[in-house]
Amino acid sequence: MTYPAIHIDNLTKSFGPVNAVDHLDLRINRGEMFALVGPDGAGKTTTIRILCGIIPPDGGEVSVLGFDLRRERQHIVNRIGYLSQRFSLYGDLSIDENIEFFAEIHNVRDYKNRRDELFDYMRLTPFRSRYAAQLSGGMKQKLALACTLIHKPELIFLDEPTTGVDPVSRRDFWQILSDLLKSGITIVLTTPYLDEAERCNRVGLMNNGTMMVVDQPKNIKKMMQGTVVELICDNIRAAYKILKEVEKVKEVQAFGDRINLILEDYDSGFPKVESILKSRNITIESSRTVTPSLENVFISLMQEGKVDTT
Amino acid sequence: MKTILHLLKKEFAQFKRDRSMIAIVVLAPMIQLIILGYAANMDVRNIPMVVVNYDHSQHSRDLVDRFVNSGYYSILSYAESSSEIDSYIDRGDAAVALIIPKNFGNDLYAEKRPQLQLIVDGTETNTATTGMNYASMIISRYSQNIMVNRLDVSPGSQPAARVIPEIRIWYNPDLASRNFMIPGIVGMLLMVITINLTSLSIVKEKEIGTYEQLVVTPIKPYQLLAGKTIPFIMIGMADVILVLSVAFLLFGIPVKGSLVLLLFLSVIFLLTTLGLGLFVSTISRTQQQAMMTAVFFVMLPMIFLSGFVFPIENMPGFFQNISYLLPLRYFFEILRGIFLKGIGLTDLWDQALLLTLFGVAIFSMSALRFRKKIG
Repeated sequence: MTYPAIHIDNLTKSFGPVNAVDHLDLRINRGEMFALVGPDGAGKTTTIRILCGIIPPDGGEVSVLGFDLRRERQHIVNRIGYLSQRFSLYGDLSIDENIEFFAEIHNVRDYKNRRDELFDYMRLTPFRSRYAAQLSGGMKQKLALACTLIHKPELIFLDEPTTGVDPVSRRDFWQILSDLLKSGITIVLTTPYLDEAERCNRVGLMNNGTMMVVDQPKNIKKMMQGTVVELICDNIRAAYKILKEVEKVKEVQAFGDRINLILEDYDSGFPKVESILKSRNITIESSRTVTPSLENVFISLMQEGKVDTT
Repeated sequence: MKTILHLLKKEFAQFKRDRSMIAIVVLAPMIQLIILGYAANMDVRNIPMVVVNYDHSQHSRDLVDRFVNSGYYSILSYAESSSEIDSYIDRGDAAVALIIPKNFGNDLYAEKRPQLQLIVDGTETNTATTGMNYASMIISRYSQNIMVNRLDVSPGSQPAARVIPEIRIWYNPDLASRNFMIPGIVGMLLMVITINLTSLSIVKEKEIGTYEQLVVTPIKPYQLLAGKTIPFIMIGMADVILVLSVAFLLFGIPVKGSLVLLLFLSVIFLLTTLGLGLFVSTISRTQQQAMMTAVFFVMLPMIFLSGFVFPIENMPGFFQNISYLLPLRYFFEILRGIFLKGIGLTDLWDQALLLTLFGVAIFSMSALRFRKKIG
């Protein structure tokens, strides 16, 4: 009988008056790459920290790799790896010493081959005697991942692994992750970048401690009804305010340099938008219909969610 | 067991690289010892004195010489009348004024019990009290001498039955504060270093996030506890030996009693300080917080109230009672006992017992709290 990698049933955790995780249910399969996304304070990090056993849950049932989180912790710790949001290795120890330490405390006896393999693969070998504090952001993150992998975990938790990492290193990092996935490791990660979330098998959108939707990225995108129009005009702020009041516009999402409009019906809606903006002296520089991104769907879902709660 | 060794290896590797740590554990004790051993000398010597001598006899000059020869006093000036004294004392030039009345010499031999007047500047209490003690010692010795002389002159006459209290100081005959201070420094250093290092090394891991990383490993709480305390027991004991060696080599103060007993009871004392260090680590998030909490809420009260700075007998009753709750008090008594008196466990067993009780209680409570915090 195979157990899911993670089974969460009615999990709650509050910090004072704040319900960080609010009656959360979630099931993550083995061998899957799962992304938790959502705004700051949605409860992503709290969920991961509970799953790793760093903080105790207030209530609910959680099993990790088939073991009960509370009662069978000793079976879990050697099978999981955790990469925290901040760089958390010993800056005053070298790359070699860091990985040696993490291998030893995981009781890995023959870590030398595994270590060399990981270093070669992550291209860290030339820097092995360097202190961890002296590494660049990308290298630090790779070293941290190597330390997380040294004991061959079945399941790894990565909390915003690519935040603060340059684009090139980020691409490298994702290459490593997809190789890991092929080798059968289950990966659970959080990310603020939705383009990263789109590369995962499944995505869960969290908001206010609850899961709003869990599905494959392509299915989530299908949830969006209507047409998304990308609009670039000269006074984005004014346009945003005006368009919010237009009846045929289901939703307006501002992205700094552009506006995304969600129209129920493009043919009847768009001419109206054009005429209203024109009457208010706002010039449309360009417009095109785009396929909805995860971002569009999530913003839309969260706005609906807000309406529901009020 | 192996896990603990791995933790120790890591702890010492980090320790070796941290120059400020080396400064804290090697230089700081040295500097403290030298400063407190040399500079903060609380002995009173060469107290500046003004003399008003209305007598001008051989006897009065004799008495003044005795003051000077004792080494505790130096004559700042001779004044003509007692009205001049005020200005000397007000300016702070003189701390003591000695007034010898007219006919002092004659009265002394006529058994009229002449009165000497000693005016002491009370603003510096330490100098004032020691100065007064010295003065009364000098005067009583002087009058004793005269009586003996008189007995020699007229052997037949019976001396008046008079008891003159004689103060004798044991163990520290010169009342050298250095002898009193150095055992205290051993205790204080041991406390400061172990509380600080334990709490800081744990909180540092919390700060950089490695603590969380350790929680997600098979390390058991007791192993982490051992890994975070054993290095500081070792460093603390090394510091004790360092300070003892310097005390002997630089100041010539040997440990009179059993060195083994002293080291053994030091380890018992460490239970207390490591426990306090652990406790501080459980209530602090940052190294600054830990440092502040340790210094202001733990170490300063302990140092002030356990007899290192102020003698416990001079404290108000309330604080005397509080001092019974401070393990450092018992450790000071033990240190001074072994160091200066050379006494052993037969005389110190109650202090040793209390120290052990405090140590076990504090350490186990903190360890439980530490464990709970790890989850």
